[in-house]
Amino acid sequence: MEFNTSPYLLKEASVQRVMLKVLLALLPGIAAYVWLFGPAILIHLALTTITALVGEALMLKVRRRPLGLFLPDLSAVVTAWLITLTFPPLVPWWLTVTATLFAIVIAKQLYGGLGQNPFNPAMIAFAVSIVSFPALMSQWPGTDGHFSSQLQVIFGLAPRLDGLTSATPLDAMKTALMLAGDSHSTSVSSILANPEVFGLVAGRGWEWVALAYLLGGVWLIQQRVITWHMPTAFIAGMVVISGALWLWQPATYASPLFHLLSGGSMLGAFFIVTDPVTGATTPRGKLLFAAGIGLLAYLIRVFGGYPDGVAFAVLLFNICVPLIDMYTQPPVFGMKDQ
Amino acid sequence: MISALAIMALGAIILGAALGFASIKFKVHGNPLVEKIEGLLPQTQCGQCGFPGCHPYAEAIAKGEADINLCPPGGEEGVRKLADLLGREVKALNAEEKPKQVAVIDENTCIGCTLCIQACPVDAIVGAAKQLHIIIAQQCTGCELCLPPCPVECIAMVTIPETVDNWKWKYPVTEIRKAA
Amino acid sequence: MLQLFKFKGGVKPATNKVQSVTLPIATAPLPSRLAVPLHQSIGGTPRPIVEVGDKVLKGQKIGEADGWISAAVHAPTSGTVIEVGLYPAAHPSGLTAATVVIEPDGEDRWIDRQPVDYASLEPEAVRELLREAGVVGLGGAVFPTHGKLTASKTVPMEEMVINGAECEPYITCDDLLMRERAEEVVRGAGVFRDLLRPKKVLIGIEDNKPEAAAAMTAAIKALGEAFKEFEVVVVPTRYPAGGAKQLIRVLTGKEVPASKRSTDLGVQCFNVATAYTAWRALAHGEPVISRLVTITGNVGEPRNWEVLIGTPMDELLRIGQPKPDTDGIIMGGPMMGFLVPDTKAPVVKATNCLIAHSPTLFPPKPPEMPCIRCGECARACPHELQPFEMYWFSRAKNFGKTQEYAIFDCIECGCCSFVCPSRIPLVQYFRFAKSEIWARERESQAAEGAKNRFEFKQLREEREKAEKAEKLAKAAAAQAAKKAAEALAAANAPETTVAEPAPDAPSAADAAKRATIEAAMERAKAQRAAAQPKNVDHLPPAVEQEIAEIDARQNQAVMANAAPDGEKNS
Repeated sequence: MEFNTSPYLLKEASVQRVMLKVLLALLPGIAAYVWLFGPAILIHLALTTITALVGEALMLKVRRRPLGLFLPDLSAVVTAWLITLTFPPLVPWWLTVTATLFAIVIAKQLYGGLGQNPFNPAMIAFAVSIVSFPALMSQWPGTDGHFSSQLQVIFGLAPRLDGLTSATPLDAMKTALMLAGDSHSTSVSSILANPEVFGLVAGRGWEWVALAYLLGGVWLIQQRVITWHMPTAFIAGMVVISGALWLWQPATYASPLFHLLSGGSMLGAFFIVTDPVTGATTPRGKLLFAAGIGLLAYLIRVFGGYPDGVAFAVLLFNICVPLIDMYTQPPVFGMKDQ
Repeated sequence: MISALAIMALGAIILGAALGFASIKFKVHGNPLVEKIEGLLPQTQCGQCGFPGCHPYAEAIAKGEADINLCPPGGEEGVRKLADLLGREVKALNAEEKPKQVAVIDENTCIGCTLCIQACPVDAIVGAAKQLHIIIAQQCTGCELCLPPCPVECIAMVTIPETVDNWKWKYPVTEIRKAA
Repeated sequence: MLQLFKFKGGVKPATNKVQSVTLPIATAPLPSRLAVPLHQSIGGTPRPIVEVGDKVLKGQKIGEADGWISAAVHAPTSGTVIEVGLYPAAHPSGLTAATVVIEPDGEDRWIDRQPVDYASLEPEAVRELLREAGVVGLGGAVFPTHGKLTASKTVPMEEMVINGAECEPYITCDDLLMRERAEEVVRGAGVFRDLLRPKKVLIGIEDNKPEAAAAMTAAIKALGEAFKEFEVVVVPTRYPAGGAKQLIRVLTGKEVPASKRSTDLGVQCFNVATAYTAWRALAHGEPVISRLVTITGNVGEPRNWEVLIGTPMDELLRIGQPKPDTDGIIMGGPMMGFLVPDTKAPVVKATNCLIAHSPTLFPPKPPEMPCIRCGECARACPHELQPFEMYWFSRAKNFGKTQEYAIFDCIECGCCSFVCPSRIPLVQYFRFAKSEIWARERESQAAEGAKNRFEFKQLREEREKAEKAEKLAKAAAAQAAKKAAEALAAANAPETTVAEPAPDAPSAADAAKRATIEAAMERAKAQRAAAQPKNVDHLPPAVEQEIAEIDARQNQAVMANAAPDGEKNS
């Protein structure tokens, strides 16, 4: 008999199951995405999923790890989907494929594979792509894309017409405010008055996708895949800073609701900062970590040069995780008074 | 003017006194590095390193005169700990690593010559002239220094058996490659 | 209604208790032989006081408690001692341990049992009686009970907790004990109450055992006014609610840290079976020679049995009719128990349950994956530790760090391994790290001792050398003085015939000198005498005994050789 020890009972739990639940929770967001931005995203999802699995398989082979154990854990698929959902849907196919390969091969497997990577692979892929191809990474489709025309754009068969793509609401807001400069000739409310771009509160289409992510995220909390700490703290961090500035100068700074429902906020709050491998682990650490990301993401997206700040904020806080964990160790049983 | 000088002087006196007190109170005796090194040595006092005991070897290491891989009872792990402490490269032990042993005296052969008692560096052998000697197993460090002086070769080294009391849980084996 | 508290973490595995509660307790048949290990409790290993061939009676003491924290061991039935030696132990290592093997004569004849009225005795005498009766904690920790029956001198005892929670899946022996023998359990708890004098006695029972709770409540009621501070408290079923610290937390809100004794917080906890055996020991004069064992798992007839200590497990399991695919025996529950490496091993006081193991009941562990730091283990840990951090450091053998993360607060309840999605055997890593740390601790203590003895020896040798030199110098001086004295005597008068140092020495200076010389010689002689039989005093009794034994053996050998031999006196 093999030398095994208690407990002899195990809960029905596996990494695969955790990852599967994350993928399921992403489905409402994807559905809203397809509904509002056209089915282009599905092509990317298919491409990146295959790329991620092939890349992972190759790297596992090279590293002589059992494929049968690690490939079905679905962690590569989660990374692939997150990359796809953070990228503009009309980027050329080779960009998402390269980014996914980069995430899987360099950001994940070269660090030791599942559980060993210090940085969120999807965010590494995003950061690398936006630094390398800033123009491509800033163009988003309007909400009237047809499948065939989107397909042609993705595979480079049609020219990237300005009419087909537009800036993100976050970008549009920033550009409009910048153009106005110090003249105060325009204000947030007048910019938002354009429903073609900004929909009801935070961008036509965007706000509904964000709400769909929120729905999936709440289900993840209910399923105990993630805890409430990180999403709550992320949202709180973002609301506190955006709310303060908004209350101070409502003409120059958009409302917290706008920020929460635009860009990568909701996807970040429930699916990206909550990545267990690269995040803080203690309850207090989680609050600190996610609140910091929310705050920093706001600062980068409002005052920085990039259209959104979630990726950079996540990466910066990934570095701080060991420190945060070290200083937020909860007291053990019986030691709370000391 | 005077008061300023007085204040300065008073300050100097107080601080000087504090420093003086601290130097007496927190005086570091001996070389702390030697003590740290000695703390990592197994204290068998066996001399297998070529030094007469663990303390002289620790001193030699601290001075940089001796290598860190000369202590067979400390084993590879001892070398690693010394390398960690001193920031040196881990080296292979310059001897074979043996399982822990204790010396046992054959009670029918011992003539009670007390030679082993004199040789034992840690007073682990009990006995008197012309009386049987016995080795206190808990205190024996397994240094083997009692073997050569024995005129009747009645001392043998015995590997310490595993019992329920000293048994250790094994490192969990994760045969990750086999798993698939 | 008592306000209950919560402990953090915990898990809810399938309890699987219903199978073994359908039948009442039955007495297991007398086995072919009984192997009673001497070391069945925390603390000193009892010394055997019987020899091969001795006839023993049921309940006769066969192992003498060694030290205060230790408990005596008794013959479970009448018969003949056929072996005193090493025998497979009920231990995860599968190693052997000192055991007395008894062949029953089938008569099951008791010793002369003497019930006592404990109320008329001094508390100290009651504790001594319990130690002599071998009463130890039967919840699994087997700490000698008498060692827990002293209240803290500074902190008043507030609550006494009687642990009937029995949270481990499959185990039902405490449940059945409370159902069928509630009165004796309560009376036993009454003994503890009288020794510790707490304000309240809280009997904690998980809410999946309503029959036991009802029986205990009825027993307390029936016993009347004397047990008025007793209260049965039903606690929510959640593993490990039956851990002593968890139950104390749930019932009193107090958290006992690993560094403190529970009496320091004015609370103490005993298992219901311990209370029962204490009562049997005092009121019936019966030492602990049997216990209730749940036989369950992959068996045809799961049931609780009254089993003699020392019954071989394989023989015992047979009465439960194990199914053909049974491939092992788990002693204890599935969360904290262990697969018995050698099923010949006997039932001991810690054996509350035997589970027939089969691959269908306990499927083989799926392969281990890397930790994804999901924190499930930390959420499940009832001691609020960070198991995944301890795991990283245990795995890397960085034991100092594991202690920083409080590895010794870990009670090895198995919750972390249970919930781990990566199926990492966390508890095994912690057991490994703990036993390595203990081994290192032993080694460093041995090294410290060796160093001290070495330094002392060096000091002694130097002093001896110095004294020898001094002695030589003194001897030379004495020689000179003697010569001078002789010359003086010869020159003086013939009244002092011998040249020995005379009391009426010629000059005061000479007398003083002589006195010092004498003293020095005396000292040297004493030193020599002291140096010769090195370290034969201050020996531990075990070593002294060993010396005596070896001396005896050598004497015999020498006698056989018909050689003269010097006296032995050690």
